[in-house]
Amino acid sequence: MNSARPHPAWVPWVFIAPFVVIFGTFAVWPLLRSLQLAFEQTCGAQTHVFVGLKNFRYLVLDPMFWQAMGNTILFTVGTVAVQVPLALGLALLLNRPDLRGRAVFRLIFFSPSLIGMVFVAMLFSPLLEKRTGLVNIWLHALLPAWNIEFAWLETYSMTALILASVWMGAGFMMVYFLAALQHVPRELTDAASIDGAGPWQRFWHVVLPEIRPVVGLMTLLAAVGSMQLFDLPYLLLGETGGLNGRGLTIVMYLYQTGFTVGDLGYASAIGWVLALLLIGLALVQRRLARRTRED
Amino acid sequence: MSPRPGDRASLTSRLLIYGLLVVFGLMTLLPFIWMLCASIKTKGDFYTSQFLPPGHGFLGVAWDRLTLSQFAQLFRDLPVARAMLNSVFLASVCSVVATLCCAAGGYGLAKFRFRGRETVTSAILGTVVVPTALLLGPSFETLFHLGLVDHYAGFILPTLAPAFGLYLFRQAMVNSVPPDIIEAARIDGCGEIRIFFQIVLPIIRPMLSAFLVISFIGIWNNFITPQIVLQSPERYPLSVAIFSLRGLYGDDNSLIMAGTLVAIAPVMLLFLLLQREFISGLTSGAVKG
Repeated sequence: MNSARPHPAWVPWVFIAPFVVIFGTFAVWPLLRSLQLAFEQTCGAQTHVFVGLKNFRYLVLDPMFWQAMGNTILFTVGTVAVQVPLALGLALLLNRPDLRGRAVFRLIFFSPSLIGMVFVAMLFSPLLEKRTGLVNIWLHALLPAWNIEFAWLETYSMTALILASVWMGAGFMMVYFLAALQHVPRELTDAASIDGAGPWQRFWHVVLPEIRPVVGLMTLLAAVGSMQLFDLPYLLLGETGGLNGRGLTIVMYLYQTGFTVGDLGYASAIGWVLALLLIGLALVQRRLARRTRED
Repeated sequence: MSPRPGDRASLTSRLLIYGLLVVFGLMTLLPFIWMLCASIKTKGDFYTSQFLPPGHGFLGVAWDRLTLSQFAQLFRDLPVARAMLNSVFLASVCSVVATLCCAAGGYGLAKFRFRGRETVTSAILGTVVVPTALLLGPSFETLFHLGLVDHYAGFILPTLAPAFGLYLFRQAMVNSVPPDIIEAARIDGCGEIRIFFQIVLPIIRPMLSAFLVISFIGIWNNFITPQIVLQSPERYPLSVAIFSLRGLYGDDNSLIMAGTLVAIAPVMLLFLLLQREFISGLTSGAVKG
């Protein structure tokens, strides 16, 4: 096709310039700066000393860092392990062809994901109180053996965080699963039923392979988000992550060293370890996705 | 059309399905209902009743003991109205400009061939998985050098170029804007800027409105950035202002729940008004692409 009037070379730059300038100033530049900082020791904005790999060497031996890492991985695994099956189950229930009120249920399940972590924390803090919190009162009413003094926030911090984040995130994930399920061609499941497949077999061998890309992507996004957990424990448990750092996460530790202690160098080293972890996760997911596509 | 297998379930399984949905639905709604009740109870009734205080009124509730004084206190004695104005201002400006920036950027990268296109694209999309926390310190440094700490601009500017948004709009441009339309408009002598605003943007309108709402809600709910960048209380958005109530009024749970309700209600209303476009726009990229 011969174009009548080729656009001048500067035209695309007019469109991308606003984004590129802002992105360069507030994303690329800080990113490069954080790479430099990771090899420096800093105290406040004024003093920088180049220390080579010292930050990373110290990190390997830092028990607080490993505690934060353990907590964060526990939270991520716990959240994903509860949230993905729950979201998928709800989506399957809502995908029944003869269901009435689908839109209303979808709206209800989705609603918690609209409110920010801050507000979830404000809401769950009284709900998870020992004696007066609704969660303990109801659990005690349902199971008389349940200890009404169950210390969600103080002792079982990670369980409490998983509970709050599943409440918040399951519906969001469900909306994606439901959309994916509605794209599964009816002919496929019908053919499987005619061949004598039960509901369970239809799900495993027909439906799940069809929606696997969306499940994989949402699992990755949930994991990447969970690894960066900050607001919820910071607000629910306090800046140090509660008693003995039971709820301390990697990003909380980063925030503490960078903003409370003032060592942006060490904080950047923590941040880069986390960044590499997340990049690794994304690469693993991509490889898995590619392999299933080739099958 | 003959009935398909699996279309009609037996009565028991249908009861089971609705039962499960209602149970999970209630579990989802319960915290909201509890919050609503807590916000209209007096401080004294807060711990003595789970939802509404019991009494001799209709349905066994002491309706006369309910109060709106928490809301009055929030708006009259505490700077919550100001914080709400700040939130509306910040979320509107950020979401509108960020949507335009991302749409223009996505258009530029998807619909033009030019030197440096691949480099720019991969540099931006490569940062999608970089943890935002990594940038907190150095961005604060940058803002400090630019003299933007504790200015609205210091909060607004960094939110205007989200890598994820560029990714979404680039996808939308590739998938739904046919190159022939742009070419035809050029032949007709339409200017480049006009092509973008009058031809391209209307085509991707569902994506535009979905992203606008997503970013509005995201900015509204953002806590950590305003907490670091905006230091004067008169510039606090609701997220920071309501959270700081806990310091002074930590024992007054009714007040805190009223504040939380005030902070989430606008977002809920916005969503209820726009939910149809919102959910389809939200899932369109992930499911088809």
